[in-house]
Amino acid sequence: MSRRKTERLLSLVVCLLSARRYLTATQIRAAVPGYPDSFDAFKRMFERDKDELRELGIPLETGTNAPGDEESGYRISRQAYELPDIRLEPDEVAVLGLAARVWRQAELAGAAEGALLKLRAAGIDAEDLTQPGIEPRVQTPEAAFGPLWEAVRDRRPVAFGYRGAGRSTTLRRNLEPWGVVNRRGRWYVVGQDTDRQAERVFRLSRIEGTVDFTGPAGSVTVPPGTDVRGAVRDWDSEASAPRSCLLRIRSGAGYGLRRHALREEPDEVPGWDRVELNYSDTGWWSEHVASFGADVVVIEPTDLRDAVIGRLKGVLA
Amino acid sequence: MTSPVKDGPVKASPVKDGPVKDGPVKASTATATERLQRLLALVPYVVSRNVVGMEDTAAAFGISERELVDDLNLLWCIELRSPDPYCPIDLSYEGGEIVVSEAEAIDRPLRLGVDEACALLIALRMLADLPSVGAGSALSRTIAKLELAAGAAAGPSAQVAVQVDDITAQAAAAEVAEALSGGRRLHIAYYVPGRDEATERDVDPMRLLLVEGHSYLEGWCRSAQDVRLFRLDRILAIEVLDVASEVPAGAAQVDVDHGLFRPSPTDVLVVFELAAAGRWVAEYWPTDQVEELADGRLRVQLRTPDTQWVRRLALRLGEDGRLVSPPELAEQVIADATAALSHYA
Repeated sequence: MSRRKTERLLSLVVCLLSARRYLTATQIRAAVPGYPDSFDAFKRMFERDKDELRELGIPLETGTNAPGDEESGYRISRQAYELPDIRLEPDEVAVLGLAARVWRQAELAGAAEGALLKLRAAGIDAEDLTQPGIEPRVQTPEAAFGPLWEAVRDRRPVAFGYRGAGRSTTLRRNLEPWGVVNRRGRWYVVGQDTDRQAERVFRLSRIEGTVDFTGPAGSVTVPPGTDVRGAVRDWDSEASAPRSCLLRIRSGAGYGLRRHALREEPDEVPGWDRVELNYSDTGWWSEHVASFGADVVVIEPTDLRDAVIGRLKGVLA
Repeated sequence: MTSPVKDGPVKASPVKDGPVKDGPVKASTATATERLQRLLALVPYVVSRNVVGMEDTAAAFGISERELVDDLNLLWCIELRSPDPYCPIDLSYEGGEIVVSEAEAIDRPLRLGVDEACALLIALRMLADLPSVGAGSALSRTIAKLELAAGAAAGPSAQVAVQVDDITAQAAAAEVAEALSGGRRLHIAYYVPGRDEATERDVDPMRLLLVEGHSYLEGWCRSAQDVRLFRLDRILAIEVLDVASEVPAGAAQVDVDHGLFRPSPTDVLVVFELAAAGRWVAEYWPTDQVEELADGRLRVQLRTPDTQWVRRLALRLGEDGRLVSPPELAEQVIADATAALSHYA
């Protein structure tokens, strides 16, 4: 009987919004049609209705009209309920439409749609007036995104299984999450690791199994001045100073390396060039150089040369 | 007490009280509250516009006109009984136009919820990082107005950030945006990492996409005579030509919402066995199958049209991953590594 329920909930909202005073449960029952005759059955249904209205974000308040009142009542303050007046210029409406499309198919798509619906209801015509052909999207394929967003939003601590890069085992981590950040298409969570008593960054795609809430809402405090973007950027970027290397690259090959060349000149061996490049992480750079196979040879430094030889021998192992 | 409007909904008897059976059916609970949300938006939608057409309204709410009529009838039937019975909502939908003459307390939309406010604000701030969107000050103005309207609900949005592509990619984005808005053809030099080649081609731009953290030019490639995606950070040089773009009418846009990689029947099926240090492969590329082996090892199966890319990936992985299938490709990888090592002999 979903229609009846909708009618009852709508009547309840209108009744509480129109009331200038707190209405007791008995007064509500008398005013709102659709509740059962038995008082106990009414109470149970009314409790569920209140929960559902609050879940929709309807600010249902509890209180008494006079200090001496024994029974508390309910009302919805119009000021707390209503979307404040908002007017947008045509170019602002256009970017809003573009913003709502960013989440299409991702975790917050429904929320973005809901927001747009309310703004339309406020008189804003959010049509697709955007500059043609620009389509930014955010994806949330990681199952952990939903619960971690909730945890950040509601300030709740969490626990999850995590497999660090290159680790063969999963460890249970306890985190007070401060924020979630998407960097170059991947989601990260930043927070205080309560076991290690230090700030940590975790990549959502390496979380295994479920994310569990380990404390009530409001129990996490984000330190003032926390820069969640900066934390992920620092974690992600190479801190070590750039080093220079000299490579021999076959003519007509190695574009992926030549693009970033500092210096390029023909080698004494015909059909080859000498290319100087900067890199920072020997491990990653040796993998990259090895991927060019027989088209690229490391001249120096020796540790890079050895690392590439090691990679290639690993293929044959 | 309102009186029935001419041609308006015929007033049914007020909802009969009595026990309502509301069993624990989850689906109907969801639809009841979803519909409530819609009704609470529908009234202010009409009120803020004075008069609206049925067709436009149904389209704005993504429902059929029949559902809309049902919604309007439901609103019109709402009756409160205390102290005296009265109908708080009065409306008519004569001649295909809706007018709400009495809306009592629900003439304004409900405030934005936390998820709603944050979804829009996170997306707007991400767009503000993209000069190619060309929205300029409209973004900062919209963000400010939305923050004001959302109030406390906007708070958690500061704890979520989406950082998009790097600056080098955005340089090409400005040119792509210029060609898109002017309807002009582009000439690009493009680096194809799988083949380690730089290629030159003319492209008629269709869209500028930002997907999975990277910007792409989607366009009709005049050499391939097909729709192609070009990652902006792999465009080595770009020039807006003084030629009008001509995208064929039948050129189909890539369905970005279901991933950029579309399997094709001509793809090669490859299998890697990865050590723990090579598990990142499964994070970076879409896989057909992933199977956990002992000691954190992983067996992954993926599809690709590009065997050259597979050979390069196998060389990059070294002992962190072994290509096990197809066997002839695995043999080729051994030959590649042997040839590369001969330079160090």
